[in-house]
Formats: sequence, structure tokens, C-alpha cells
Amino acid sequence: MGTLIEWYDFFIFGSLSIVISTKFFPAENPTAAFLSTLATFAAGFVVRPFGALFFGRLGDIIGRKYTFMVTLMLMGGATFLIGCIPSYESIGFWAPLLVLILRLLQGLALGGEYGGAATYVAEHAPIGQRGYWTSWIQTTATFGLFISLVVILLTKSLLTESQFDIWGWRVPFLLSLVMVYVSYLIRKKMKESPEFSKAKAEGKTSTNPLKESFGNRYNLKFVLLALFGAAMGQGVVWYTGQFYSMSFMKTVMHLQSDQADTILGIALLLGTPFFVVFGWLSDKIGRKWIMLGGMLLAVLTYRPIYESMYQLSNAEHKVKLNETVESPTVTEKTEIKSVVKTQYDDGTEITRAKTIHQSGKLKGQQTVTTTVHIANWNYICLILLIFIQVIYITMVYGPIAAFLVELFPVKIRYTSMSLPYHVGNGIFGGLLPAVSTYLTTNAEVAQTPQFYLAGLWYPIIIAIVCFIIGSIYINNKSTPTNHE
Amino acid sequence: MNSIKKLLGILWITLALFTAYFSVFELALPKISTGHQEDVVFGIIILCILTPIISIGLGLFGYYSLLGEYDQNKM
Repeated sequence: MGTLIEWYDFFIFGSLSIVISTKFFPAENPTAAFLSTLATFAAGFVVRPFGALFFGRLGDIIGRKYTFMVTLMLMGGATFLIGCIPSYESIGFWAPLLVLILRLLQGLALGGEYGGAATYVAEHAPIGQRGYWTSWIQTTATFGLFISLVVILLTKSLLTESQFDIWGWRVPFLLSLVMVYVSYLIRKKMKESPEFSKAKAEGKTSTNPLKESFGNRYNLKFVLLALFGAAMGQGVVWYTGQFYSMSFMKTVMHLQSDQADTILGIALLLGTPFFVVFGWLSDKIGRKWIMLGGMLLAVLTYRPIYESMYQLSNAEHKVKLNETVESPTVTEKTEIKSVVKTQYDDGTEITRAKTIHQSGKLKGQQTVTTTVHIANWNYICLILLIFIQVIYITMVYGPIAAFLVELFPVKIRYTSMSLPYHVGNGIFGGLLPAVSTYLTTNAEVAQTPQFYLAGLWYPIIIAIVCFIIGSIYINNKSTPTNHE
Repeated sequence: MNSIKKLLGILWITLALFTAYFSVFELALPKISTGHQEDVVFGIIILCILTPIISIGLGLFGYYSLLGEYDQNKM
């Protein structure tokens, strides 16, 4: 529950990034725009591994339970406070600065939370059921994104557009406090992990987990193996399925934002139970080939999947039924020259709006916005294509908590497993949107055919390398651990 | 299998050097030189975070592999 809320808190910021940027990071102000860039990059990539080290160390010295209670409070408090910050118009430069600080705290908290929750659950799991038990933790990252999308869509549907823009966007942030309080009450009653309690009673806990984890060659080689043989590939497969797919639908297919969110939400909901299925299966047949199987399938099918997605919204092969031109609308800042709606035989509707800007940076310029709305069989096909990617995520992600836990001994487990996970997920995965966009833009400039698939080379190459390393170097053991 | 792991160690070290070159000269520096704020931050992150992790981490992994640290009897 707590981990789910932490992911919800983390994703709510990303899901509301467009509103947040208008409230706190106005593009006209270069300093605010710079802070926005830092908030985007730093919290997702840079801070999470530091959170893993800081809280991992605490968790291995003080205990798992108290550490992830702190991370929960930190995350919940930071999210709630983001919802309370006055806008840039009210307090100026302080607004983006405070948001940046709170976003960094969110990143730190997330870095500490996952390792603690996974370790805690794994150390409570009956022998031979670690994969199944920890797979429930694994559902939280995907389900957290789903809940964040649902809360935003619900809030939007209950309020008018103007209410949501003025104050409604704060509701998902403020709701976090209630969720965190419920989670706090649940966690408060939980006991410390039995394996950690036993180690502590016997005086076998570590006094310097960082040194023992990364200064010791025997343990460091397992950290590197965990990163390059599992977490790195898992990170890119996870980000491709959950985030690149969303970005692809919105920016390449030009799908309506709400429709893209709904499609992703349905696919996530249908796919989430498979985390538990693959976690359970990993207890029976081992973790290795399930995780690597997910990576291999992703490598082999990403390009055909994304090509099929692209063609669903591509008007070139569709038969035009009718076209309507709406009368021009004049707004305060822009004058919409014309809106043309075209309907196609398969139910697709494409809206092209030509806008001439009367103010701001684009004054005097004309921009064309395309929005696609798909229907019928295309809609189902797109859900299916995203669902397949979610299945790959469940394969690589479902068993990985148990796999990481089993690589390291109790006394340095929290620290040792957290770092490769957050480097793999946060850095290799987190940089995926930026690197993939860069590759796509380069391909577009070079007029490469199928330039829209160029961004997939990043996850494909990382997953191939990870697959080779994992298949050769990792042992296919489910339990016990290397140290038991 | 132990011999394959040792031989592959050389490949990982080579790959680490190649990715270091690619990340610095093909990805990070061109981004930084654009002067656009977002590109500069992205380039710095590639240069200071992604490149060291890949090149040092993968290089070390290859080195340990070459030394036989991942042999069956040591795992």
C-alpha cells in the first residue's frame, strides 16, 4: 500500500507536468524554465540512486521498517506540499524553487522506499515463495501510474475545464495526505523483518553497509551483475512500455491526450495481474529465463509493434468519408484560422487546427496542430499492442525484486539491491525518453524512412546487451540465495 | 563456460570504451554545444552520470570477468 502510494505520488507530478509548467515554470522566464528542466531530469535520474544509498544504509543499520516509514512520510509530505505552493504569479521565483526542492525530496524518498519494501516483504516470505510475495510490490509501480491517471481523469470529469485549471489540479496532490495517513496506520502496526531482527539480535548487522557493499570485490561483482545482467534491461523495457508508448501515442500518432491516457490505463489494468503470475512462476522455474525472456521478446518485437501502432493513426491508407470546416474562432492570445475535421471509413477522426499567434514568442507565426481520435477495431488493436508491452514489463519486473534480494546477504541487502535497481530503472530507464527523442529527431532530420522507429534503438541495444550478460553470467536459481 | 566469460570480459571492456566515446563525442558534447538550456542539462547528465556509469561500471564488470571472478566456483 505504501509503495503504491509512493509511486502514485511520484507519477502525479509527471502526469500533470503540463499544468505544473504553466503554474510554476513559465517558459518566458529562463530561470524558471531552467528549474523546470532540473526538476524533470534531476528527480527522476540523479537523486534516486542517492536516495537508495542514503536510505539503504539506514535500513541496513537501523532496520527496514523504520526506514521505509521515513521515506513514506517524506514522499507524502512533499507531494502534499506541492499541491499547496502558490503559483509563479503569486510568489514569483520562490514557486519554481520550492517545487524543485520538493520534487528532489520525492526522488530521494522513492530511492529509499523500493529497496526497503522489497527487502521487507522478501524477508517475511515463506521459503520458496519470495517471487510470489515480492511480485505484489512489483505491481505497485504500474498500478501507481494507473491510479494517478484515474484520479486525474476523475478530477477532470467532476470539474469544469476552468475549475481544473485554477485549483482542481491541486486535488490529486492534496489527496496524497489521506492516502499516506492510511498507509502510515497500516505500517505502524507491522513488525520488523524477522531476518533483520535475528541478525541484529546476534550482532551480525553491518556497521558500514556502503563500504561492505561497494568496497568489497566479492559483493561489488554481484552489484555489477545485478545492474548489467538484469536491472539495466528491466529499466528500459519498463520505461518503453509505460512511458515511451504514452509519448509515442501523443506526439507521433497525435492521439487525443485523454484517449491515449485511457488506452494506457486499460492496458495497465489488464496487464497488472501478470506481475503476480510471473512472480509465482519464478518460484517454480527460476527467475532468470522469465526476466530474460521478457527482454528478448521486447528486442524482437518492439519495431513491428510500434510500426503497427503508427499505422493505426496513419491517414495515408484510410478512405476519407467526409470533411468539415469549422468557422474560425478568435481567442485572447491566438486567432484560430481554421479547424478542419476529417472522418475516415474505419471511424478515425483527424482534426487539423491552423493557428496564427497574436502574441508571445510565436507572434505572427502559423502553427498546425493535428489531433487524432481512433475508434472501433483500431482502438482495441492499440490497447492490445500496449498490453503486449505491459506483459513484457511484467516478465522482466515481476521476479526482479526476489532476484535482487537473493543476490545479497541480509546485513547489506537494502543498500546493495537498491543501488542497481535505481541506476537501472532511474538512469537507464529514466533517460529513455530524452535519448529516444534525440535519436528520432536526428533520424527525421536525416529524412530516414520510418524515422519514428529510430528512438527504439536505445531500449533495443540496452536490452540486447543485458540479455547476453544475463544469460551467460546469471545462475537460474530461485531460492536459496547465494549467501544462504 | 568459464573461458567464454573470460573472453567476453575483453568485449565488455571494449564496449565500455566505445560507449564512452559515443556518449561523450556523439551525444553529450553536441547537445551541450547547442546552447539550449534543456539540451545543455541533458548533455551534462549524459557526460557526468550516464557515461561514467556505463564506461566505468561496464569496464569494471569486464575486468572482473577477465580475472575469472564470475567463474562457476566463485559464484
